[in-house]
Amino acid sequence: MQLKREGEGQGSIRQALALAACSLLGGGASAQAADTPWEIDSAVLLYSEADGRVSAIEPVATARKEIREDEFVQLKVVVDALTGASPNGATPSDEVQTFTRPSGTGVYTADPGETPLDDTFRDTRGAVSLSWDRPLGRLQRRTLGVGISREFDYTSLSANGQLSRDINHRNTTLSAGASLAADFIHPVGDIPTPYAVMVPPDQPQPRDTDIDDKLTLDLLFGVTQVLGHDTIGQLNYSFSLASGYLNDPFKILSVVDGVSGKTRDYLYEKRPDSRQKHSLYGELKHFLGGDVVTAAYRFYSDDWGVISHTVDLRYRWNLNRENYLQPRLRWYSQTAADFYHHSLIAGEPLPEYASADPRLAEYDATTIGLKYGHRIDAGSEWSLRVELYRQDGVDHPDDAVGLQRNLDLFPETKAIIIQAGYRFRW
Amino acid sequence: MRRWTALGLMLIVVSGCSSLGVKPWQRGVLARPDMALAAESLDAAYDDHIYFSKEASSGGRGFAGGGCGCN
Repeated sequence: MQLKREGEGQGSIRQALALAACSLLGGGASAQAADTPWEIDSAVLLYSEADGRVSAIEPVATARKEIREDEFVQLKVVVDALTGASPNGATPSDEVQTFTRPSGTGVYTADPGETPLDDTFRDTRGAVSLSWDRPLGRLQRRTLGVGISREFDYTSLSANGQLSRDINHRNTTLSAGASLAADFIHPVGDIPTPYAVMVPPDQPQPRDTDIDDKLTLDLLFGVTQVLGHDTIGQLNYSFSLASGYLNDPFKILSVVDGVSGKTRDYLYEKRPDSRQKHSLYGELKHFLGGDVVTAAYRFYSDDWGVISHTVDLRYRWNLNRENYLQPRLRWYSQTAADFYHHSLIAGEPLPEYASADPRLAEYDATTIGLKYGHRIDAGSEWSLRVELYRQDGVDHPDDAVGLQRNLDLFPETKAIIIQAGYRFRW
Repeated sequence: MRRWTALGLMLIVVSGCSSLGVKPWQRGVLARPDMALAAESLDAAYDDHIYFSKEASSGGRGFAGGGCGCN
């Protein structure tokens, strides 16, 4: 594709970037590579939870370019800035609760009846990934990618590859991919000893080590199928195996009196050191009188005992050639992990593993949203998406004891998601 | 056992697919950008990141991933 010549300065930056991309991939940059435009897709996401909990702002940009015929490179840059408070796993109580900060210096508190929130949640993440997608003959493609993500207390390195092949007169595409990630966690105040009792600040803290790691292997097998002149479908099976440090170093459990429900102690959580996940994902896209209907379903199961169902429906209402509105409804339901406990009972033997992380509890979640998009020309569009997300769990579980029966034991999450996007050619 | 069931299911789908499809000249609608399965890839990436941080499940559409300390 030819692009009309633009300003000399901008053109030379583009050419330099194209040359750099080609040199990186070990090939010579052709005149064509320098002339094809970069496709830039950018957006900013604002995520904000109610009641002063987590807020995030996340700008993202991807730059994609055809460097040879039907061969593409893509660079993606993400910045993620988080602030706010997050449930620490302890249950509410009828008195003020005081917790030692993860750093081991200072405390934070929760008022009577209030879900305990760790307000030291503050982080900035930067991530860069690069992928290279090229044809292998007429019917096959290969994609290779690498990525790095860095936070103040967390580093992740990953590499992935995917092969796909068209069959059945290009009506069916089979794909298989693998990804390997190595993550390193080095929290402020080091890594707490599982099941150790939280001690007051400025005393020797129960810590194992300053850094730990986990390895994650993902496999993905997929089929994409043209089902008719106006319908296309996709079915994926994915498998993930993570091993290593899978605890959340900031999560604790309350140990409560078996009769009164009053809190006696706080223990650092303990999860298994491996996790196997299986997912089956299906998606259908259908063109309906000028509009596009998308329906997706995922079945998920893992060896921690979590089973979930996700349904995601979108209707892209093309108002005219330039404008569309897209309502969306997502429904999610999960069972609790086998070792999820909202709290532990004092005097009873400790289970092999235990976590009170509300994300491992049983709950349902819904997202409703609306997106508006405006097409400027063939290569550019801006859009705005607004969504509301809400989790509903079991506030009064059957095994609540004493004062717990009068308190909400599931910290409901309500959030608003706003995303502004702009896509253009450069 | 579960993974063999999934594999078997995929084989059935693939073999069933051989009788499905359209001719190249019937692909006008399928070639529309809004009919691409990856039409909203940034939205999908944001969603994967949000729900990975807030829910116990991940993966399916793409790699289950991670790459952040958010879960």
